[in-house]
Amino acid sequence: MGSMTRRTFGAAVGTLALSAATRAKADAGKGKLKIGVLLPRSGLQALIGQSCQKGADIAPDLIRQRLGVEIEIMNADTESNVDTARSRAERLIAGGAHVLVGAFDSGHTAAVAQVAEQHGVPHIVNIAGAPQITEQGYKFVFRNFPPAPEIGKNGLVLLKDIFAEAKVAPKSAVFMHVNDTFGKSMAEGVAALLPTVPMPFRLVDTIAYDPAAKDLTVEVSKAKATGAELLLLVCRLNDAVVLRREMVKQRWNPMGVVSPGSPGLYEEQFAKALGKHAQFCITNTVWFNPKNAITQAFAAAFKKQFAKDDLSYHGINATYTFDAILIAADAFKRARTTDPKALAEAIRQTNIAATERVSFGGPIKFNAKGQVEGNRSVVLQNLGGKPTVVLPKEYAEAKLVFPAPKLG
Amino acid sequence: MALGLSAIFGVIRLVNFAHGELMTLAMYAAVVAFQGLALDPFVTMVVAAALFAGVGYLIQRAFINRFVHRPEHAQMLLMIALSIIIANLLLLGFGPDARNVQTSYQLDSFELGPILLDKARVYAACAALAATAALAAFFRFTLTGKAIRACADNPLGARVAGLPVAHLYAVTFGLGAACVAVAGCAMVSLIDVTPTLGPSYTLLAFVIVIVGGLGSMVGALLGGLLIGVSEALAGVLIAPSAKSMVSFGLLILVLLVRPQGLMGGGRR
Repeated sequence: MGSMTRRTFGAAVGTLALSAATRAKADAGKGKLKIGVLLPRSGLQALIGQSCQKGADIAPDLIRQRLGVEIEIMNADTESNVDTARSRAERLIAGGAHVLVGAFDSGHTAAVAQVAEQHGVPHIVNIAGAPQITEQGYKFVFRNFPPAPEIGKNGLVLLKDIFAEAKVAPKSAVFMHVNDTFGKSMAEGVAALLPTVPMPFRLVDTIAYDPAAKDLTVEVSKAKATGAELLLLVCRLNDAVVLRREMVKQRWNPMGVVSPGSPGLYEEQFAKALGKHAQFCITNTVWFNPKNAITQAFAAAFKKQFAKDDLSYHGINATYTFDAILIAADAFKRARTTDPKALAEAIRQTNIAATERVSFGGPIKFNAKGQVEGNRSVVLQNLGGKPTVVLPKEYAEAKLVFPAPKLG
Repeated sequence: MALGLSAIFGVIRLVNFAHGELMTLAMYAAVVAFQGLALDPFVTMVVAAALFAGVGYLIQRAFINRFVHRPEHAQMLLMIALSIIIANLLLLGFGPDARNVQTSYQLDSFELGPILLDKARVYAACAALAATAALAAFFRFTLTGKAIRACADNPLGARVAGLPVAHLYAVTFGLGAACVAVAGCAMVSLIDVTPTLGPSYTLLAFVIVIVGGLGSMVGALLGGLLIGVSEALAGVLIAPSAKSMVSFGLLILVLLVRPQGLMGGGRR
């Protein structure tokens, strides 16, 4: 024992430390990535949150099959509340989450992004359109979902395609929108874009309303009184149901109800609550690419796990949530570590081909702000009781119906 | 709904923070009756009112009567606890999904020249008027009603005169719960129900009864009418998103100018 010198001891310790570090890194590569998924699974946005959750539930098995990496989903319910979203994000990080994914609502997402940035933990936004989320100079926040102005622009461009396809156009439109973070962003986006994307109609009024409203009688009366031939609508789910019911009661039959890119009109609950009155509503929205092999694998896994559900009703929520988790898993595979800085760097270098993603768009590459550009939209119309792609033509499942038949 | 809250406060001097949740419970009862037995909510209303009167009576006898002479904050905590229990039981039983009934008249309107009147709202208004008339007649013409009024005017005097105050309080809470059941069954044909619906309606009922005058039945009706009309006018003349602002503005104004409410007496 007396032969152990200081130099020998130092070398031994150094070798041990190096081997431990190498083993830890290798273990991390082989180990699990813990992904904290924040969604509004109860409260006002519960149905949409649960719809997103389906994408998260499918992810571990499908990602293991396709990427060969293990992920563990840590679920957290934001309860449709900003403060709860913030505290749940803190709790997930304290509980060992390596990456955060979520949180559907722009206000909730902004709060989660702030927490992620403070802790230096990567946050991948699944769905949330407020542009400021990726405009704050954050280093750990990434978004594969178009910001509201881009959604609005895509929506307006597709609106022209609708008129061209139908060979008829309204002369006037009224714009109704929810007055939450997303709704206001969309309203500002649409207001800024309308002069740059000339439309055949004149915007006669803009009406903001509370997304938690239980009664929209006044709002609909006001919109109807404008005599507008088209309703441009940025809504959420519950208010969309209330608003549509009120339209039927007040016998207001514009040529169409078109959302330039918001949830609500294509949700299952909308169809269930309104039956035939949900028909013909249109949403120009991001969607999934049915032609990709990964989408077909996703659809098969969805059918297996949720036999009673139809993917059409979860086309955005489930697929964009899945893709956010896919991005995290892909970065983990390349980084071979759960170290947050290395993961964030790997996410920044993401280059997932357009054919290797479930959602519809170009390759997933983040710009300097952490934003993916080039997510595409489709025209989705409620036909035969479910949302159906009617444009672009190469992806169309049915023919567009415009103007909508009058409500009975 | 505001009528029930006002009656309970007027007699028992209890602020019912579980009022909205009781209405939510009645809405779920109407949904279950519609889905299971195909009963129209306005038919369910009669059964639900009787059932809720009984449940309300038991709640008052079992719990609230023990808190009647305790400090107000203790009463408040009891009612908040009750509201949380109801909301969570509904969440456990029905999940967070919105539920509704789809009656044949739900999306219909009466046409009066250029004016369209929503059928479900007209029926709901008729039910509210009928409930108000029935409650007013009960308090005015029945012996129990007169005894309850005596309790409300002077609880000590009523006790000295030998009136069974605890029983009368329980009857009053039962009547309040019956009013809530009527409101819930009428509301379910207007809006979807979720377990978390209660607090916003409790708040609205508070605004209405404070504006109308706590404890006054006519005040509850007047307050409801005033809040409804002012919100509608604000929506048309200012902006739809300013509706709540106007009703709460009205509340502040009433509290400043006439704290006892439009039809309230000066009694604390």
